[in-house]
Amino acid sequence: MPRRLLRDGHLVDDDWSYLGETEKPAPLILTLAQWQSERARWDACDGRLGVVLQPAHRIEVLAPDFSRFELIGLEFSGPSEGRGYSQARLLREHWRFGGELRATGYVRRDQLFFMARCGFNSFELPETDIEHAQAALTTFSNAYQPSNDGGLALRPRHRWPDIPASA
Amino acid sequence: MYRYDVVDKTLVNERVAQFRDQTRRFLAGQLSDDEFRHLRLRNGLYFQRHAPMLRVAIPYGLLSSTQLRALGSIARRYDRGYGHFTTRQNIQYNWPQLERVPDILAELAEVEMHAIQTSGNCIRNTTTDHLAGVTPEELQDPRPWCELIRQWSTFHPEFTYLPRKFKIAVTGTAQDRAASQVHDVGVHIVRGAGGELGFEILAGGGLGRTPIIGQVVREFLPREHLLSYLEAILRVYNLEGRRDNIHKARIKILVKSLGIQEFRRRVETEWELIRDRGGLRVDDAEIARLRGFFNPPAYRRLADSGPPAGKSTAFRAWYRYNTTAHKIPGYRAVYISLKKPSVAPGDITDAQMELVADLADRYSFGEIRVTHTQNLLFADVQQDETFELWQTLEKAGLATPNIGTLTDMICCPGLDFCTLANAGSIDVAKLINDRFDDYDYLYDLGELEIKMSGCMNACGHHHVGHIGILGVDKSGEEWYQITIGGAAGADASLGEVIGPSVRKIDVPETIARLLDVYVERRRADERFLDTVRRLGVKPFKERVYAAPIAA
Repeated sequence: MPRRLLRDGHLVDDDWSYLGETEKPAPLILTLAQWQSERARWDACDGRLGVVLQPAHRIEVLAPDFSRFELIGLEFSGPSEGRGYSQARLLREHWRFGGELRATGYVRRDQLFFMARCGFNSFELPETDIEHAQAALTTFSNAYQPSNDGGLALRPRHRWPDIPASA
Repeated sequence: MYRYDVVDKTLVNERVAQFRDQTRRFLAGQLSDDEFRHLRLRNGLYFQRHAPMLRVAIPYGLLSSTQLRALGSIARRYDRGYGHFTTRQNIQYNWPQLERVPDILAELAEVEMHAIQTSGNCIRNTTTDHLAGVTPEELQDPRPWCELIRQWSTFHPEFTYLPRKFKIAVTGTAQDRAASQVHDVGVHIVRGAGGELGFEILAGGGLGRTPIIGQVVREFLPREHLLSYLEAILRVYNLEGRRDNIHKARIKILVKSLGIQEFRRRVETEWELIRDRGGLRVDDAEIARLRGFFNPPAYRRLADSGPPAGKSTAFRAWYRYNTTAHKIPGYRAVYISLKKPSVAPGDITDAQMELVADLADRYSFGEIRVTHTQNLLFADVQQDETFELWQTLEKAGLATPNIGTLTDMICCPGLDFCTLANAGSIDVAKLINDRFDDYDYLYDLGELEIKMSGCMNACGHHHVGHIGILGVDKSGEEWYQITIGGAAGADASLGEVIGPSVRKIDVPETIARLLDVYVERRRADERFLDTVRRLGVKPFKERVYAAPIAA
């Protein structure tokens, strides 16, 4: 059964495979080690490639090959792991990565709102959470701080002349 | 004070709904203990020794009378009729039932309160000077900046899963009443070379197992860059702070291991990239809007009259110790002591909360502040009304005239409530109160800060007590390590251990011996702290251990 994902707000079947998961040539998601150790093979490959980074990896390791990847996955090792949020913002805001940014590993509905605000647009979730994932993206209807998600950033509120005071 | 608009109100209501759903999933077995732990902790809910403990945020310690009344009502209906104020200017309930916590949060939301980020590895409640806005020596009222930081840090998408908790304190006076030098980040309002106001930024201070005084990252930050600079610090910390060892995960360890220069270089490099991007630059008009919430109340035009004349000695002592200077003639700031000898430091009953709320309406423009020393404060009381106020407070057990003295102790909940504690602290406070009950002696000793923690996590700030008391476990027995010479203010320093730890019953006598040395050797007007700094630990240590303490 294909893996289901939440991508761009919709539940979809994953069209990507992890290297070793399938015999298909592409699109393939590699670990950083797989990418680095078989460069000749990937240089000869015409297909779409993605790469998954671990929390401790620095985004800069991808710098020379940045444009090669259409997908970058960031892995969360457990419920307390938080480096991926910063990695995502660096990718989107410093490196202007415009491809699929995927959250993998420990990803639950309770984190999705924050992950999406940091720039993730696809999420690998366990079956227990995936049906609730779309709703989780709208847990909060506003946000105090700008991030890279455009629509949610709170403009300085003095520019909101019509804002009603709370009752 | 700041009032919610529809944005704030909606966010807090949405949080209540989210937490209600998370609690339901946990109770239905859909979330494991560990999964729920990470969620509930970011909402101030601990599972403690006897029951859950709920910590409610009081942003920078400011409460309206309506809010305090609601806190009292919650204490009565959901808890055992009391609450406990903390060193982060928050309040804790020790006996709520898990199933009812979502209802408590819903009631809090009604009065513009919440428990968001009062625990967990995220940015905690920003604290400040409890005399903000009324102290004569202030450069600028720090509270609008605190509110700005509160909003920026609330549900920050990037910094909700930090390596460890993160505490920010802001102060606008040279005399630091917010312990900013022992915070992860200290923000000091200062004047730049051209006379303009901006910030000095400190990082890497903290207490706990490895106490460290914060170091200056930037001497002067123009005010419009406050949020981008904080964001740069947090980003460096989030990516590079240690996550492999809980005891080495605070930013102070990162700053220490990189060295302040390298830490600064990394922060500034990041900051250069983000400082001019849209959104984070602080707009003067937005700050002006926030400042409007903290406009001075409608003070009357009065002359300084001092304490009402011809009153009792008890009133005069209270006026001297429990009130302090105000920048407006005819007004005083009045402390409401939560350090009655027979009561755990910082505890207050539901009825007392409601009374204090009523008194705030009558005497202090309906606002109450929580101090980081676990007392309450009325910021704006007319000097000529202090006597009537005192009479009412006195009857309610809220006028113990001990602010700034030995018995105005900071004290964590200790072994009585906390699962982390090695030893009791409330019962030690009781022993100390029993021993030092002579006010003439306390007043003669002058300014003295005793701070006590039941374990090395240092919730009671023992490292920065003039006398610090740390509970340790010795083969299942409660012992106490004593430090002297710590301070939390502008002259912050860490206390030095005087020697081997002592038994619980010997703590009062140990303190008495320390004070004997002080009384014998002090110079005129010298505080205990200053005498310790002048003489060093040695004479104190010699006296304490010269003879065994009779049981």
